[in-house]
Amino acid sequence: MEKLLEQFSFGLFFWQILIFVALVLLLRKFAWRPILNAVNDREEGIKDALDSAEKAKLEMANLKADNEKLLQEARNERDSMMKEAREIKTKMIADAKEEAQTEANKMITQAQTAIESEKKAAMTELKSHVAELSVQIAEKVVKQELSTDKKQLELVDTMLADAKLN
Amino acid sequence: MQKPFIAKILFLIVILSGVTTAYAQEVEKNPQTHELTEQEDSEKKSKIQEYINHHLLDSYDFTFFSDEEAGKHYGFPLPVIIFDDGLKVFSSSKFHHGETVAEVDGNHYKLYHSKIYKTNAAGDINYDEEGHATNDKPLDFSITKNVVTMVLVSILMFFLFRALATSYKKNKSIPKGVGRFLEPLVLFVRDEIAIPNIGENKYKKYMSFLLTIFFFIWFLNLLGMTPLGVNVTGNIAVTFGLALITFLITTFTANKNYWAHIFWMPGVPKLMRIVLAPIELLGMFIKPFSLMIRLYANMTAGHVVLMSIIALMFIFKNWLGSSLSFGLAFGLAILELLVAALQAYIFTMLSALYFGMANEESH
Amino acid sequence: MEIPTIVGAGLIVIGAGLGIGRIGGQAMEAIARQPEASGKIQTAMLIAAALIEGIGFAALFAA
Repeated sequence: MEKLLEQFSFGLFFWQILIFVALVLLLRKFAWRPILNAVNDREEGIKDALDSAEKAKLEMANLKADNEKLLQEARNERDSMMKEAREIKTKMIADAKEEAQTEANKMITQAQTAIESEKKAAMTELKSHVAELSVQIAEKVVKQELSTDKKQLELVDTMLADAKLN
Repeated sequence: MQKPFIAKILFLIVILSGVTTAYAQEVEKNPQTHELTEQEDSEKKSKIQEYINHHLLDSYDFTFFSDEEAGKHYGFPLPVIIFDDGLKVFSSSKFHHGETVAEVDGNHYKLYHSKIYKTNAAGDINYDEEGHATNDKPLDFSITKNVVTMVLVSILMFFLFRALATSYKKNKSIPKGVGRFLEPLVLFVRDEIAIPNIGENKYKKYMSFLLTIFFFIWFLNLLGMTPLGVNVTGNIAVTFGLALITFLITTFTANKNYWAHIFWMPGVPKLMRIVLAPIELLGMFIKPFSLMIRLYANMTAGHVVLMSIIALMFIFKNWLGSSLSFGLAFGLAILELLVAALQAYIFTMLSALYFGMANEESH
Repeated sequence: MEIPTIVGAGLIVIGAGLGIGRIGGQAMEAIARQPEASGKIQTAMLIAAALIEGIGFAALFAA
């Protein structure tokens, strides 16, 4: 410690302070301020550029998302239209089938009723024909049976016999 | 384009090789090859010790090397400025490297251990019981070797950083030439030292000081490694000045919170506050004091060790010992280059830390 | 009998050396554990080492 104090030179200390303070002030004005400002400006410039690049990227992403959305919408619309069309088609087919069925049914019933009435008419005609024919046959048979007197008497006898039995 | 580059490289090689070899030249004294007697050996050792001690101190002339046999010193004298019954300015050549008494306006001065003492015409120095000189010391403002070195470093720094500052304007914010090397260092001081320790908001007003002190100490440390033989940052007056400026800036930019932490520590019992106040007050002075001592001791120790190991070459004077000490000196020189940067970094770092403490907000 | 100051100086060097060695060792361990925090650890290590060194030098000059 003593040695240190002995070594201490006030003159050197004085010059050191003077030189150093002058150096700080000079460098501050002519070097540090311009350097730090330039570096700061540069860094800010880089930061701005990066920021705007980031912004542009974001915008691009937004645009892309929008496009995607539009495309999706269009696709959805197409799908729904297709579905609707398919539904209409099936419905139309079903309708047509049903109509045809009812028409056919109707025609069948009509035909059936017509056949029925034809049948009835034919039946009545047949009946009248059969009655007429049977009357004619009976007339002929009766004429044949009762052509002689003997036969007429026989008939009366059988009839009487039947009547008695009753 | 090619030629200046080669010149730069050559210059660099000369400087680097000088780091180790030139000390060797300086230390070399006795080229006689005869067998050394015991007495001569010890005489040589004390001579070396004296030489190293002399190197560590400031001097009134700029001597590059001396030829002891011929008694010649190669260098140039520097002006001596003293206040002793008025301002007296004369050349240090009058001292003849401490060998003669300088007579100025009827007063006599003599150099003793690199200090100016007032003496009688015969140049007698009186000693007290402990061997200290009791002669009057005139108030001394001489332009010494260290002052010249500091001025040279200041001029160098001014031109280097001025070049960096102007290159931004010329070259679209991109540094050119030596600025490419200096700009990362400037940014290092800002991003690694100032901002983490002081804080984003307040670091700006300290930047000029931190940058200047970092490069000032670093350049002076590096210059101490050259064969110029200067030892500026290993001088207690210089480190005292640097530490004092740090202390003054810390004290005068401190906010309320800093003073509260010293005199009335918040968050501890009252009795403890009274006990803590003197300790904290002492700490306020110890911090810059340790800055001063650290830089001084590191640089001085580095110079002493390096020069001693180089001197070993001339004590051994044999093939094995000398080459060993050369290798050791080479390794140490590289280590000292690291220490030169490390000490500048630590001084700046701790200064920033103290500024940060002075600006801390209460939380 | 007075203890020579050189003994005190030796003790100081031993103490400071142990302290700085411990700081360095612990810092290495910390870096190995968290390599991403190596910058911060180095800074803290240097500051702590510098403080011990300062005390050591102050004591050396007092001795």
